[in-house]
Amino acid sequence: MNPTPVPESAGRVILFESVSKTYANQNRPALDDVSLEIEKGEFVFLVGPSGSGKSTFLRLVLREERPNTGAVWVLGKELNRLSNWKIPALRRQIGTVFQDFRLLPNKSVFENVAFALEVIGKPRAQIRRVVPEVLEVVGLEGKESRRPDELSGGEQQRVAIARAFVNRPMLLIADEPTGNLDPGTSVGIMKLLDRINRLGTTVVMSTHDAQIVDQMRRRVIELASGHVARDQTRGVYGYGG
Amino acid sequence: MRAQFIASEVGAGLRRNLTMTIAVIITVAVSLALFGVSLLVRAQVTTMQDFWYDKVEVSIFLCSRGSDTPSCAGGEVTAAQRDQIESDLESLRPLVQEIYYESKTEAYQRFKEQFANSPIADNVSENALPESFRVKLSDPTKYDVVASAFAGRPGIEQVNDQRQILDKFFRLLNGLQAIALIIAGIMLVVTVLLIVNTMRVAAFSRRRETGIMRLVGASNFYIQLPFLLEAALSATLGAALAIAGVVATKAIVIDQILAPSFQFTAFVDWDAVLAIAPVMLATGILLAVLAAFLTLRKYLRV
Repeated sequence: MNPTPVPESAGRVILFESVSKTYANQNRPALDDVSLEIEKGEFVFLVGPSGSGKSTFLRLVLREERPNTGAVWVLGKELNRLSNWKIPALRRQIGTVFQDFRLLPNKSVFENVAFALEVIGKPRAQIRRVVPEVLEVVGLEGKESRRPDELSGGEQQRVAIARAFVNRPMLLIADEPTGNLDPGTSVGIMKLLDRINRLGTTVVMSTHDAQIVDQMRRRVIELASGHVARDQTRGVYGYGG
Repeated sequence: MRAQFIASEVGAGLRRNLTMTIAVIITVAVSLALFGVSLLVRAQVTTMQDFWYDKVEVSIFLCSRGSDTPSCAGGEVTAAQRDQIESDLESLRPLVQEIYYESKTEAYQRFKEQFANSPIADNVSENALPESFRVKLSDPTKYDVVASAFAGRPGIEQVNDQRQILDKFFRLLNGLQAIALIIAGIMLVVTVLLIVNTMRVAAFSRRRETGIMRLVGASNFYIQLPFLLEAALSATLGAALAIAGVVATKAIVIDQILAPSFQFTAFVDWDAVLAIAPVMLATGILLAVLAAFLTLRKYLRV
């Protein structure tokens, strides 16, 4: 019961205020006094070497971790003061995509996307309506009944993106979504993420893919040893990185 | 809430973990059966106590010609002594509920009835049996009050409490019940441990699903519900088996074997079984769901 003043920019999609995070039994902080804002509708690349704090940043946004000090605001909520039972409501407004797709192998494409709606209790009529729509957005129409192992890597990632986007989230977190894909396929995935961004969803994507970052020319936040090393509005991947 | 979706998840979960599910069902069945039987023994003791305490009485045997206890040194009880004893008994009301005088002749009649088919009856004469007061107490446990007032008085040979004989038997039954209850308790602990382990395995083997559920914002309740229903379903099946075992105990062991052999006493009726069955079911489900819930809280964190 210690009301900290709500900052003016709390309405941003993401706001970090002097956030530090040190994991138990580690000496060096994974994030060290990081402050930054991400506004609605932005497309942000999160770059930096392994261990620079990208994953910690994303985990803090998803409230999978809590900061040691500082405040993390996501979609107008201060996550430290968000009680446990309200976390699912927050995550319903955030779509998440990973390098390893994380699909259910024994379910079809349709069922994998529908699963995300079923487990939050959406009625079946709505599921039957919106799943084909989103499958069309990601370009998987006609492949509804395929199993993940019958799809290419790029197609599997499209299923994962459909699942993340089917709820029309405010924010899409993509953790190295092209990390397992060849350059040609990656371009397709980036076009899809760009399209989702243009539909109004803020996209935060961590990546090691210099070519993609340099081509897209979007905002780039570079982390190094837990600090923000660079924050450019129309950036490139880095110098010699 | 999508009932059909939840149901299919529960079915898939049970099939995936079939051996563990069977193990849970069997341990739940065995432990609850023991628990149920111990409750049945308890009900049996209560039934017998109700049956017998209603019938037991304190017998005050008066001195007859052949008595050789010190209180009978004065020979056969006199009419004055007898009247004095009766009026003293009257003064003990309301603890003394009923007083019934049994003369030598009546005692002889009763004896002949009890041993109608036995040669003993022919060898006993009317004079060999003592006259007595049969006293019914409003509270059978307060036998001591009567005993201390009358035992050793001139003209009284012996004060006898039938209840003491019965109590030895009830203590034996209660001992048996306690042993059954202890074993049932140990088995229930084993059951809980097994359920905890089963849930851990189930949570691990479905970590992919639960991970995605968390990610897309499924509530804790929704994530845990299939697991809890699985535990509850296994417990229900186990409890059903255990209840069948108790019903068989009542129908076969009590009604077919014990009751025909021991006709002089009362046995538990089906009402007792009807009262025990829901207790068993509730105990099983509650334990299983609680064990599952506490395990899942640890393994399926938000």
